[in-house]
Amino acid sequence: MDSANSSFDWAEDLLPVLRTEGIRHVTTVPDGGLASLLKKCEEASDINVTTLTSEEEGIAFACGAWLGGEKAVLFMQSSGVGNCINMLALPSVCRMPCLMLVAMRGEEGEFNPWQVPMARGVPDVLAAMGVTTYRPATAMEIGQKFASAAGLVYETGTTAAVLISQHIVGVKVFDEEKMR
Amino acid sequence: MTTDCMLDRRRLVKALMRQRGDAAVVTGLGAPTYDCFAAGDSNLNFYLWGGMGGAAMLGLGLALAQPDRRVIVVTGDGEMMMGIGSLGTIAAQMPTNLGILVLDNEMFGETGQQVGLTGVQSGIAEMALGAGISRAFTIREESEVAELIMAVTEGKGPIVCVAKVQSGKDPVALPSCDGVLLHHRFRKAVISSS
Repeated sequence: MDSANSSFDWAEDLLPVLRTEGIRHVTTVPDGGLASLLKKCEEASDINVTTLTSEEEGIAFACGAWLGGEKAVLFMQSSGVGNCINMLALPSVCRMPCLMLVAMRGEEGEFNPWQVPMARGVPDVLAAMGVTTYRPATAMEIGQKFASAAGLVYETGTTAAVLISQHIVGVKVFDEEKMR
Repeated sequence: MTTDCMLDRRRLVKALMRQRGDAAVVTGLGAPTYDCFAAGDSNLNFYLWGGMGGAAMLGLGLALAQPDRRVIVVTGDGEMMMGIGSLGTIAAQMPTNLGILVLDNEMFGETGQQVGLTGVQSGIAEMALGAGISRAFTIREESEVAELIMAVTEGKGPIVCVAKVQSGKDPVALPSCDGVLLHHRFRKAVISSS
C-alpha cells in the first residue's frame, strides 16, 4: 500500500455519502480492499448488509429495492464485474438507478496472474454495457467521486461504478510469498 | 426427480392471482411472465423479459424495501436454477413477506423444449431447503393447489413452492416489454399504496 494512502481511511468518507443519499442497503461479495468499509457497514445500525453468492444478484437486488422505494449499492472486487454483465441489462432497459463500488485487483503490484485478465477487462466491459465509470486518483478523492456517482445515478436513472485502483486499496500479500 | 408434470400452469396462476390481495408480483422471464399477464394485468405486476436468474433477488430487494407488503415471485425452473445461489442469500436475510412460486415444467420451454436439469436429477425445493429456506415443497396434484396458494400468498417467508406443470401450448399473452414503462407504473403503484 502507498505510504501516502496507508494512513488515510477512505471508508470513513463513504458512510456519510450513504446516509446523505438515503442508501440503506449494501450488497456485497467481499474483497480485502473493502474490509474496513464492510466492517463499518456491518456495525452501522441504519445499514443492512446482504452478502451475495454472486455479484449479479446485487444488481437485481438494487432494482428490487428501488422499485420498493429504497436504494441499494453493490460493493465488489474487479473479478465480480464479469459476473454482472448480463444482469446490467435490467437497470439499463428499465432506466433504474444502479450504483457500484469496485475494488481493483490485477493491477500494480499484483502477484496472482489469475486476477489480471478480468481486471484488464473491467473498464471496457463496463463501457460496453453503458456504465459510467469514475476512477479516483487518490484515496482522498474516493468519497467525493462516490458522492458524484451517487448523484448522477439517482438523479438520472443511470448505472455507474466507482473503481478503486489497486495502488489505493493495497496489494494482497500471502505469508508464504514473504517466506520465499 | 423426473416426474409426470400434470398441473395446468395457466389455471394455477389464475387461481393464485385471485388470492394475491395487494401483493406485489415479480415474474420471471418467459412463460411465467406470460402466465401472470394472461391471468389479468395489474400495475402491481413487474414483468421481467430478461435478467435471467435475477427474479428471486429482485423479489428480495423489494421485500426488504416493503416489509409490510406481500411480495410474490413467480418464475420458471430454468430461471430459478440460473440464480439458485440466491436462495442462500435470501435465506440469510429472512424476509418473512417473500413467497416464491416455481412453475417447473422440467424444460426450457422458450427455446425448443430442451430437457432442463429438474427433469434429470435436481430438485429445486430440496436445494432451497439446503440453502436454508425454512419452508419449501413440491406439488404434483390438483388437490395440493390450495395449500400451495396459501403458502405463496400468506405463509411465513421466505418460502419456496414448486409446482410440476404441463408443457402444453398456451394461448399467446404478451405484456408490454417497455422496461421504463413497467418500472414507473410498478414503482408508483407500490409506493403510492404503501
